Amino acid sequence: MGKTFAVVLTIITIVSTAFFIYHGHNDLLWLPVDASAHGHGVDHQLMETMYGSGFLFVLSQLLLGLFVWQAASRKEGWKYKTFPGGAKPMVVLAIVLVGIEILALSFVGSKVWAGIYMTPPEPQALPIDVQAGQFAFYFRYAGADDKFGALHPDKIDEGSGNFFGLDPRNDVAARDDVVVASLVIPVNRPIFLTLHSKDVIHSFYVRELRLQQDIVPGLLIPLHFTATKTGRYEIVCTQLCGLGHYQMKAYLEVKTQDEFDQWLKQQEAQQ
Amino acid sequence: MKRPYIVPVVLVLLVSVALAALAVPPPAGGSITGKVTYTGTPPKMKPIDMSKEPNCAKEHAASPVMTENVVTGPGNSVEWAVVYVSASDQGSIPGTQTLKFDQKGCQYLPHVLAMQVNQPFEVVNSDPHLHNIHPLPKINAEWNKSQPPGTPPLTEKYDKPEFIPVKCNVHPWMHGYFVVLNTSHYSVTGADGSFSIKGLPPGKYTLTAWQEQFGTQTQDVTIAGGETKTISFVFKALPY
Repeated sequence: MGKTFAVVLTIITIVSTAFFIYHGHNDLLWLPVDASAHGHGVDHQLMETMYGSGFLFVLSQLLLGLFVWQAASRKEGWKYKTFPGGAKPMVVLAIVLVGIEILALSFVGSKVWAGIYMTPPEPQALPIDVQAGQFAFYFRYAGADDKFGALHPDKIDEGSGNFFGLDPRNDVAARDDVVVASLVIPVNRPIFLTLHSKDVIHSFYVRELRLQQDIVPGLLIPLHFTATKTGRYEIVCTQLCGLGHYQMKAYLEVKTQDEFDQWLKQQEAQQ
Repeated sequence: MKRPYIVPVVLVLLVSVALAALAVPPPAGGSITGKVTYTGTPPKMKPIDMSKEPNCAKEHAASPVMTENVVTGPGNSVEWAVVYVSASDQGSIPGTQTLKFDQKGCQYLPHVLAMQVNQPFEVVNSDPHLHNIHPLPKINAEWNKSQPPGTPPLTEKYDKPEFIPVKCNVHPWMHGYFVVLNTSHYSVTGADGSFSIKGLPPGKYTLTAWQEQFGTQTQDVTIAGGETKTISFVFKALPY
């Protein structure tokens, strides 16, 4: 019985590992396409963690199989081997080893993370204002004057499309601001988002950009990136924000510069 | 000279007249018709991006739904204005017919639902996804109800007159109005800005036109007999 278990355990470990390695090219099992300039660093970090923990996992499964096999084939008078000094030093050693591993991954990972989140945006980056609110995202472009109108939360009127609380009557800069429900950007151009929330905590998450950023009410949160592949990607809220959380999403459309210019011109004409 | 048959004849005549009077409805009364228009530049109607709700984006792919806070048409007409008798009302009939307020293609149909106090109305979700209906009254009791697809209609009513904005928390662009009135003498302007109020007994009335963005305007009208008066309301529009 024990030997059968050891064999089955070993077979499951080898077959499932082989399955994942063989299907390594499949985006559904591994990572989705990376459409950002910085994403390779994140992917590299994830894969390193995956290989490290995967190797240890497989090794421990195989060792478990080996020990089960040994114990099942024990004879009269067979004695368990114990760690020198008993359990205590073994636990201490395990904590130290695992601690070093986690700290090392965090230090290496924080370099990648800080490179994305803690660096200033490129000076030529396209500024876009992002507002999250229950239960939709809205995006604002500065318009022809390159100036954003000031925000007046008391003037928010969703029925007339004033999602940001602009005051075009008194504020000239607000008149040409383009407000849309999709984030449309040109490919290969740095983008500088300023995220803010109208009500509760939301989160801006785009898998293909390898970006996830909480949006905390009361704060203006900067986020910058460059998209490297044209296409349509989903933006989802990843902080449970209320009843309609599951319906809170928008789309990121990465267009060529020409398509983007044409789109923006069309939007400006509608303001 | 005795005419014994005169009594039954007179009786028959009297009964016939009485019956005829009952069968024929009372004179229809006067009516007021007219148009609601604007001068100046109204805010632009903007296309609504519904991409977050793929069902609705698909449904309106050919012609997007436009913002409805100010809906204008040829001849400076103003749609979705409510014209009603706001004072000196007489001959009003209680509203008993159940009205319908539909959520279809992420839009409220009709945009403005005018009704009388205590008149029942049904809120219907015709979409294959959840809506939540959240009217924002200040005088009446507030409620906020979630309506998953396939839910039976909600039947509601309001007991005080009020102009109540309606929104959907899930689809922030959805916007409508419940206009609760104390009178059956009201009319919501159509695409050509026209309205028509019928069945007004002779008398002097105060007529109000309401539009969600433009506010209200009032005029006094005197109706004599079964005449039809033509009245127009002109709002001053600003682009912002």
